[in-house]
Amino acid sequence: MPPWLAAYFPDGVVGYAVGGVFIGLGVAAIYFGTGIIAGASTFLESTLSYASRLPRFNRGKYLASRDWRVTFTAGIIIGAAVYALTLGPGGWTTQVQPWRLLAGGFLVGVGTRLGKGCTSGHGVCGVGSVSGTSITNVATFMVVAIGTAQVALALGVSP
Amino acid sequence: MSDTDVEPDGRGARFHAVILLGGILFGFGLGVSRMARPEVVLDFLQLQDLGLLFVMGGAAVVSALTFYIGTNVLDRTAPLTGRAYTRRVREMDRNVLVGGTVFGVGWGLSGICPGAAYASVGIGNWPILWAIGGMFLGAYAQGLARSKLAERTAGSEVAGAD
Repeated sequence: MPPWLAAYFPDGVVGYAVGGVFIGLGVAAIYFGTGIIAGASTFLESTLSYASRLPRFNRGKYLASRDWRVTFTAGIIIGAAVYALTLGPGGWTTQVQPWRLLAGGFLVGVGTRLGKGCTSGHGVCGVGSVSGTSITNVATFMVVAIGTAQVALALGVSP
Repeated sequence: MSDTDVEPDGRGARFHAVILLGGILFGFGLGVSRMARPEVVLDFLQLQDLGLLFVMGGAAVVSALTFYIGTNVLDRTAPLTGRAYTRRVREMDRNVLVGGTVFGVGWGLSGICPGAAYASVGIGNWPILWAIGGMFLGAYAQGLARSKLAERTAGSEVAGAD
């Protein structure tokens, strides 16, 4: 890698790519076993069906899938814990301020449900399916997110 | 209907075991790739470390290969559910752009997305619960607003029929 390019990858690329391959293998295991194309964000709506009577959250597709989505999410938590306790640095906490997490999380919650997917649904499964809708969504959120992060940086919001 | 990933068909222990295994691999990958760390995502969005491209690229190559094999090579249905192997194709409409934009502002502000946030819990990152709480509130607000909107539309249609 030429030095000018290496400057953009201070932590190399191998760890990132290997992590990505494991994410893909998780999708593959579920797909080959069940035919389900798993995304992470529908868990929000399907889990709300346990607590809310709003008909929107109690549609058949959420009621039918809410149990395995809890299992999937539990698996994600367990998998990350296995990483933290083996290869990883053990536990750590983020320094990003709570208001950013809360406000950003809120917008992510709205946007992912409105836009029919998130970084795993559109970014991994949709792009892997060569879906024009997903590629459009990913391009949109990438550009907007980079712009937002640049504005936050310029305004001195840190961390 | 294009939401082919939502109907579970088969349930039972073996079904959940496969989902759990997939989730574990997925979460392990989010840990290894450091995506469970908002700081690393923000570094990417501030163009200081572009490693995230390789995470998404690595994952998308494996998923592309997976869906290709499922839809073109395996001439059968999934063993645990009897579901046909398909690709993930969603309908394009204005919401895909609006949702992507709102998601982008949230992602750029916080550095978190749903899968990475769940994984972060597994790493003991308790402040991430602010983000997860926010995501549930956002998903609820979105559902509530769309329900009200649908009610109003239905109401005006009835009124118009008089």
